Amino acid sequence: MTRTVMIDPVTRIEGHAKISIHLDDAGKVADARFHVTEFRGFEKFCVGRSFWEMPGITARICGICPVSHLMASAKAGDAILGVQIPPTAEKLRRMMNWGQIIQSHALSFFHLSSPDLIMGMDSDPAQRNIMGLIQQDPELARKGIRLRQFGQEVIRTLGGKSIHPAWTVPGGVREPLTAEKREKIATMLPERFDLIETALDLVYNAHETFANEIGNYGDFPSLFAGLVGPDGELEHYNGLLRVVNSEGKRVEDGIAPEKYREIIGEAVEPWSYLKFPYYKPLGYANGAGMYRVGPLARLNVCDFAGTRRANRALHEFRRLMKLDKPVSGTFYYHYARLIEILFCLEKIEDTIQDPDILNTHVRSQANVNKLVGIGVSEAPRGTLYHEYHIDEHGIIKEANLIIATGQNNLAMNKTVRQIAEAYVDGNNLTEGMLNRVEHGIRMYDPCLSCSTHAVGQMPMHVQLLSPDGEVLDEKIRG
Amino acid sequence: MSVITLTINEQLVSAQSEQTLLEAIREQGVEIPTLCHLEGLSDKGGCRLCMVEAVGTNRLMPACVTKVQEGMNVRTESERLVEYRKMIIELLLSERNHICAVCVMNGHCELQSLAANLGVNHVRYEYVVPDLPMDASHERFVQDQNRCILCVRCVRVCHEVEGAHNWDVMGRGVNSMVIADLYQPWGSSRSCTGCGKCVQVCPTGALSKKGSTVAEMVKHHDFLGWIMNGREKNIWEYR
Ligand code: SF4
Ligand code: SF4
Repeated sequence: MTRTVMIDPVTRIEGHAKISIHLDDAGKVADARFHVTEFRGFEKFCVGRSFWEMPGITARICGICPVSHLMASAKAGDAILGVQIPPTAEKLRRMMNWGQIIQSHALSFFHLSSPDLIMGMDSDPAQRNIMGLIQQDPELARKGIRLRQFGQEVIRTLGGKSIHPAWTVPGGVREPLTAEKREKIATMLPERFDLIETALDLVYNAHETFANEIGNYGDFPSLFAGLVGPDGELEHYNGLLRVVNSEGKRVEDGIAPEKYREIIGEAVEPWSYLKFPYYKPLGYANGAGMYRVGPLARLNVCDFAGTRRANRALHEFRRLMKLDKPVSGTFYYHYARLIEILFCLEKIEDTIQDPDILNTHVRSQANVNKLVGIGVSEAPRGTLYHEYHIDEHGIIKEANLIIATGQNNLAMNKTVRQIAEAYVDGNNLTEGMLNRVEHGIRMYDPCLSCSTHAVGQMPMHVQLLSPDGEVLDEKIRG
Repeated sequence: MSVITLTINEQLVSAQSEQTLLEAIREQGVEIPTLCHLEGLSDKGGCRLCMVEAVGTNRLMPACVTKVQEGMNVRTESERLVEYRKMIIELLLSERNHICAVCVMNGHCELQSLAANLGVNHVRYEYVVPDLPMDASHERFVQDQNRCILCVRCVRVCHEVEGAHNWDVMGRGVNSMVIADLYQPWGSSRSCTGCGKCVQVCPTGALSKKGSTVAEMVKHHDFLGWIMNGREKNIWEYR
């Protein structure tokens, strides 16, 4: 007989997830599940529409990282057209993607996670949010907001809108960059470099403060997957797939992204709408093929960052490696995010100085030349795959999307379980435990509206059930 | 051609006897919504948006296909008219799949801007959500039945101006469908000359240039005026 603890957000209608922790008779954690009960069926909506529209349609999947879908979708479109997009268009797309990573990571770190880090996991939930942070440390909160704003400004400057800019299209981008806009981005940059230094300090402090907790917060061996550039550098837009195992050995390298199906399988579970991608050669059973994606994975798979400051920061980061193994603690996702922000800032700084960046040839024209298009890019949360099968006129017959949060699904479950094992205490649902589970999920920054609930904590419904289903204890918050 | 007098919105005005009520109304600078009407094409009174009230009858009259008459007394704005116009827009929106946010015409669409102007902020009718295809077989253009409002501007411009008569309407009522060359994929139509007039006059995202992405399609129908002036009045003037 097992008892089940349910943590179920009730105040959000869509994008909500619930957590159930299954206890055995001895009150010990038997299993933990992170359920995604949101179903949006985007793959079905795409069927019957033209691939030209896909960037605009799929950008609607997510209000937080629409740009990532624009990238993957436009790249799939490029593949259908069979064209090489103009070099300037590629640079501009990369720039928007970096802007996206900056804004998304800043949101995750400052708005969502830093209140936990600064006020502590046991602090009053009513205070432990961005509003509380503004009261306690207005300077830091302001910096976080400014940093995010920069990312959004880059997107807006290029695409005309910060949410859902349909500027990236099959064949390139819709509008070139003007000298004026370039200037605008350039003047905003210096301040942002200072902001990131403050954030890094914060993370170093957190590593000390939470030294005891880091090991319980999803620290386990797993595979890591991501794109790397042709020389093994950190890469977010193009590149080749690389997978390293928990020993740090490359089990896959130089895989062309369009061959992803050879290494990635997708499983489904009746209790979640999120698919469970896994590394095919190791199989799905018992989580053997579990891999992690996103900032931590990208830093674990690349050889070097490729920009001056980020190279140095990565070097520092790698001190966390034990016996040359990849950094395995999920808590270090925060740290990895900041290094990526630094990297993206430097990349933007370099790119806007490129004399070719104002070139007005930014869109290649072509018609359908291939019946399958696969576009892969690195979204803030990890590798994103768009695959379209079309008829000879460009109408979608089948679409397959693998989103980053899905790929971290197995790892998120494992993280919740590890936290629950360490902090669930018999029949009592302590606030501290719930806060930690919440933070555990937040570390992955999953793109579900509940986990990105910027003001206030994640709304949760917690039930403690006896083996025969009787409610022993119940907590509702949010 | 004789001149008559009539009353529009309590203003005594004069008009040419051949004019339609719509022409007379617009000549006065009075705004009245239309969708199927387009300067240069014949009128068919299909969309019913230009309905006006006339003193002495409870029946509403479509201004585009009603000739002016001596002593006529009409009103173009009333609570009842606004309510009917809103209903018409809502019915159009509920009949097919209009998802403006991802439509090629978002921001440039006549239906969308009419809806906005009339204050249609929600649709009271159940959406029909029909399963309709897109036809991308033409080399240069795309037809999307999901966005078609059956205004038949395309049918008229192709027949009356281009003289090709590629388009027709198949079926009845809500099941009507604009079809190419007696129901073939547009790309295999032999009557279509590929001139693109239909695309330019279509008020919605139902006809668009191939390769258009979200909100990218902008249409221009001033060409109609130039062609018609040249053809009918021998005036060749491009503005
Ligand atoms: S055709 Fe017009 S009303 Fe219909 S979806 Fe497109 S923009 Fe909206
Ligand atoms: S295709 Fe366009 S012009 Fe033709 S009937 Fe439909 S909405 Fe009107």
